[in-house]
Amino acid sequence: MHRTGDLYGHFQTLEQQKETATLGMWIFLVTEVLFFGGMFLTYTINRSAFSTAFGIGSNTLDITLGAGNTVVLIMSSLTMAMAVWSAQVGKKKLVSIFLIATLGLGTVFLGVKAIEYKQKFDHHLIPGRGFDMKYHPAHPMAGDDLKELALEKKEVDEAFAVDPDINFHGQLYFSLYFGMTGLHALHMIVGVGLLIWLIKGSFGGRFTPQYNTPVEIVGLYWHFVDIVWIYLFPLLYLIDRHR
Amino acid sequence: MSNTPPTPDLELPDEHYLNATYGSGIRSWLLTTDHKRIALLYLASVTVFFFIGGVLATMIRIHLLTPGGALVTPETYNKLFTMHGVAMIFFFLIPSIPAVFGNFLIPLMIGAKDLAFPKINLLSWYIYLIGGGFVLYSFSTGGLDTGWTFYTPLSSVYSNSAVTPAVIGIFINGFSSILTGLNFIVTIHTMRAPGMTWFRLPLFAWAHYATSLVMILGTPVVAITLLLAGLERMFHLGFFNPALGGDPILFQHLFWFYSHPAVYIMILPAMGVVSEIIPTFARKPIFGYAFIAGSSIAIAVIGFLVWAHHMFVTGESTYAALTFSFLSYLVAIPSAVKVFNWTSTLYKGSISWDPPMVYALGFIGLFVIGGLTGLFLACLGLDIHIHDTYFVVAHFHYIMVGGAVMGYVGGLHFWWPKITGRLYPKSLSQFAAIILFVGFNLTFFPQFILGYLGMPRRYHTYPPEFQVLNVLSTAGASILALGYLLPMSYLIWSMRYGKVAGPNPWPATGLEWKTDSPPLTENFHVTPEVTWEPYDFQNRPDLGLAASARPLAPAHGDD
Repeated sequence: MHRTGDLYGHFQTLEQQKETATLGMWIFLVTEVLFFGGMFLTYTINRSAFSTAFGIGSNTLDITLGAGNTVVLIMSSLTMAMAVWSAQVGKKKLVSIFLIATLGLGTVFLGVKAIEYKQKFDHHLIPGRGFDMKYHPAHPMAGDDLKELALEKKEVDEAFAVDPDINFHGQLYFSLYFGMTGLHALHMIVGVGLLIWLIKGSFGGRFTPQYNTPVEIVGLYWHFVDIVWIYLFPLLYLIDRHR
Repeated sequence: MSNTPPTPDLELPDEHYLNATYGSGIRSWLLTTDHKRIALLYLASVTVFFFIGGVLATMIRIHLLTPGGALVTPETYNKLFTMHGVAMIFFFLIPSIPAVFGNFLIPLMIGAKDLAFPKINLLSWYIYLIGGGFVLYSFSTGGLDTGWTFYTPLSSVYSNSAVTPAVIGIFINGFSSILTGLNFIVTIHTMRAPGMTWFRLPLFAWAHYATSLVMILGTPVVAITLLLAGLERMFHLGFFNPALGGDPILFQHLFWFYSHPAVYIMILPAMGVVSEIIPTFARKPIFGYAFIAGSSIAIAVIGFLVWAHHMFVTGESTYAALTFSFLSYLVAIPSAVKVFNWTSTLYKGSISWDPPMVYALGFIGLFVIGGLTGLFLACLGLDIHIHDTYFVVAHFHYIMVGGAVMGYVGGLHFWWPKITGRLYPKSLSQFAAIILFVGFNLTFFPQFILGYLGMPRRYHTYPPEFQVLNVLSTAGASILALGYLLPMSYLIWSMRYGKVAGPNPWPATGLEWKTDSPPLTENFHVTPEVTWEPYDFQNRPDLGLAASARPLAPAHGDD
């Protein structure tokens, strides 16, 4: 498969090549929807069966970090869209700037996610033998707000009265929390890798109004990963905040 | 080839994809992006898995020669049928026709130089190898005994066999299938030659389009399901484990959401093969082109809505069962449309008994039996009696082996001259096709009776009164084995000693026959322009059919 300039040998024209690449990415995203779909279905069924445990589990998440991360990710989608636009109108410097901004925001998101995961470790909320929904209020960590913990303790006690097996069912919530956000984070890491590849290309001035397919299809991917988070955030963080 | 006029001795083209050198030796194969070479890589690797699955099947049949079991312990027997299923379904049947013939032919048939994403095509083969490696590791470090369905919590908690590497292997292999399907869909959308409109596409391409839809929509679901089951096993999570609040029925729903449509991944491409062979050897345009094309899509779509008929006795509501029963009946309609159209194509055709045709006719016979017995199983009342018996085993082998493998071997005979440039011995291959048909029926027809009489599947032992039928089945299996070994030997023989075929030995109407055999790396010397309708023998002087020698029936056989 030889290549003349930007055109691979098995295509007739650049338009055909671009159409092909774009369609390929859209179809890939369809498969991704179904890939995540299996987890969303598992989530939905377990949440309707064990709503108390899921509510408590959801309330242990840090809403500030979660909401902050949502904003970061939406911002990164904006910068990604700007990078695509810059490539299309031929502003080569702006392409690099916006791609780097996207990369930065994506990295921030992953960093925040790591902090959140660490909190769950500290609070014994990793599914497995040491899992204990009671742990957090009963054993305050340094720097925990005692007033807040008292509230949580009341909430947890009530939940145990409703669902004595909450430690099992809570594990389902956290399995899904780690499974879904973990899979999402994995996609973010792949996206970061793709961005680095694009930035390398943009420094070489590869993306022009005639040839910018890589920027565009990585953009599609990035927006998709963003949208997955837009669903994950309310489903994982917000389901029981009204109490 | 009674229809071909006498031709001077043919010679292979000087330069073709097999002898073209880019890089040296083995590297030119392992790093190739040529869809035809990748197809041959797949051909070799699926054959390995076919052999592994075949050896396991042989052991099963030998074991069942006596009521008490003749060969292995009960635990080993569980592993035998599980590994047979895993090897055959995930690593032979699903990739067989799409990854070998789909890869080889789709670009040729639509007049393209390659698939849309040649590198991804190669990647999919490596993913297949990695997945296959994990599964072989599982087989060789104790095997697995969960059944190919991996039902939880047996697979995720209780089984003491090597489930984890097998699940990882199948998970990885899924992406090979997804990438192949994605490649085909995009290729058919964007890579068609000038004049190759959607309704001039060969029905093989339509069948693969439908197959690819199932691949891209179903496979991700089974991937995530097996991932969850694997995580459950590795980290003691509880998604599908009732002891921890999980739901094993959910696993079954998710599993069958892919694994029922997966049956259509196996049978639709075989139907595509038969739709190519029948008009070629009836010398007639296919009857009801648009209906055959549409029925492929209909099977793919309806096929997604029937999965819970595998679970009629595992606890679903009556209303769900009714709905799924009805939808399962519905899928019979497009399948029957195909059978009727093939039969109508034969009507008043000028039929020749070339080997591919014998296989295709065998396919129709076996598929009809397999399809009709599927209706028995879709019937709620009857299914309670025959569920999990040998009736089910016989039914799905009629579809998967009688249908899909028959189509695969038929396709191998049809396109072998295109792939290698050479012909194989004609009478021997006709004989092999008949052996295959007889051996198959003798193996699996007794199993319908066994199942109806109540012999459950997956048991290592059976009451003495079932022995006669079991011995018949085992005898049939040995004939069936001969039916596979014969083509394997003479096809390999023909690669060196076969008569040179020429570009279009049958002759057939498809675009793939308009180029050299074997084709160039770029497929065509010049990008072809399609000006004719599909399967039209009348307006194709280039086929070399003497118009006066054989009266051609009108397009729709109505006179």
